[in-house]
Amino acid sequence: MKRRLLIVGAAASVSTLVLAAPAMAQDGITAESVQVTLDNIWVLLAAVLVIFMQAGFALVEAGLTRAKSVANIMMKNLMDFSAGVIAFALVGFAIAFGPGNALFGTEGWFLDPGVFAEGYFGTLSLPTFFIFQVAFAATAATIVSGAMAERTKFKSYFVYSFVITALIYPIVVHWLWGGGWLSTLATPMIDFAGSTIVHSVGGWAALMGAIILGPRIGKYAKDGSPRAIPGHSIPFAIIGVFILFVGWFGFNPGSELAADGAVGYIALTTLIAGATGAVFATITVWLKTGVPDVAMAGNGTLAGLVAITAGTANVSNWGAALIGALAGIIVVFSVFFFEKRRVDDPVGAISVHGVCGAFGTLMVGLLATEGGLFYGDGFDQLLTQIVGVVAVFAFVTITSGLLFLAIKATIGLRVPPEEEVAGLDVIEHGAPGYGPDVLSTAPAAG
Amino acid sequence: MKLITAVIKPHKVDEVIDALRSAGIQAITVTEVKGFGRQGGHTETYRGAEYTVDFTPKVKLEIVVDASAAAMATDVIQTTASAGKIGDGKIWVTPVEAVIRIRTGEQGKDAI
Repeated sequence: MKRRLLIVGAAASVSTLVLAAPAMAQDGITAESVQVTLDNIWVLLAAVLVIFMQAGFALVEAGLTRAKSVANIMMKNLMDFSAGVIAFALVGFAIAFGPGNALFGTEGWFLDPGVFAEGYFGTLSLPTFFIFQVAFAATAATIVSGAMAERTKFKSYFVYSFVITALIYPIVVHWLWGGGWLSTLATPMIDFAGSTIVHSVGGWAALMGAIILGPRIGKYAKDGSPRAIPGHSIPFAIIGVFILFVGWFGFNPGSELAADGAVGYIALTTLIAGATGAVFATITVWLKTGVPDVAMAGNGTLAGLVAITAGTANVSNWGAALIGALAGIIVVFSVFFFEKRRVDDPVGAISVHGVCGAFGTLMVGLLATEGGLFYGDGFDQLLTQIVGVVAVFAFVTITSGLLFLAIKATIGLRVPPEEEVAGLDVIEHGAPGYGPDVLSTAPAAG
Repeated sequence: MKLITAVIKPHKVDEVIDALRSAGIQAITVTEVKGFGRQGGHTETYRGAEYTVDFTPKVKLEIVVDASAAAMATDVIQTTASAGKIGDGKIWVTPVEAVIRIRTGEQGKDAI
């Protein structure tokens, strides 16, 4: 009965969203009204796929870290999503998409329907568009937890989650998707679904977090050489990669923001780049270390997907294959690069999202079938891509760096060493992620 | 009475226990253990970095037998568990002062 009520409730909320679409208010079914309904249903479905990526991130991060802090990493994934929804609804969405100046929006707090009136988002209703966008905000936010895993205070991470989804991420979004300065250049930046706008924002914040925190205890030997700290569940990690792969079919094709003929094509470039990323990362790590490392292959898959996200609607199938393959190679070298420089990123988030996000965005300047240098259209697009990547890098590293330093100076960023060694689960959250059977010695009590 | 303790390779456990059963041994305690001997540890690789695993997984068998059966039992274990390779394991025999069956209170040889 309860289940049935839930289904009815879900169906009712979907129909409310669809009915809220502008053209449906008119009587009679027209080709236009059907298109409006299709657009809203598709983008809402895509939003759900992107929200499901949170499960993928949670599993990848849990799998590639140790069992003693697994409850903590799961809690961080749940809370950066939940805090992110609240922060983005109250403040972030207005800064990102509200009317304002070239840098940020200044109206539309808490999804004000007076500001975001009918037609503001084309055929999409305010609820549809918000749910789709909040899923992206949560993606940018959750990237950071993996890089800061196993040593960050929970309450400090909670504060960070609010600030990145309320302020840092929305400002970057406004620059391109909210009508800001990157969208009004003579040659506007192309970042279709957010290699830079979403993934690099998370990746560069992760970089600053990992630098300011310092490496996990034991990560570096006395002579300074990096040591392996194996994750506790490769099955978790790879199931997580598959969930993210599936979610990407909402992330990229959903960013078309319409149910039209381009959706399938965008899905195809996404698929190709994810596959070439996986294969080329595997070959690279195999040649470099002698073994086809499973976790690194997972990073390669995600690297290909992150890299294609900017140009997914603008490059050919060959272009997609090349972008994915190169991202797969780059991610391996990038992981080793950061590790050698004492930036301890247990899951490779900086390399996957920051480095490969920037790389994929730059490649659009070369490989866009309209505007790309390799297609004889000159340097204009490439220059804009460089400007966008550098601007986002500078803005995010400075703001997130200041944020983490402010947190460090006030409530503290890192747990005490004894807590880190014992694992964060019991001390931060009261009980281990994999709990004991405390009733096994007292059967009579039952 | 003697206590036979044998530390053997995990994949030999089924074979050794079958052989001991066939030889008339009725009770064996089996424990999963870790340790090192001449075989030493080994290295594994994770994300391009090597790390050392110092302790190798083994299985420990404990069998209490009448003194007259000890040589036969150790012989069965040695021949079945041997693969002729380093790390096959070890068997040692120690004297046992008393054995008591909990259910009946039987003592000594009757309790085996």
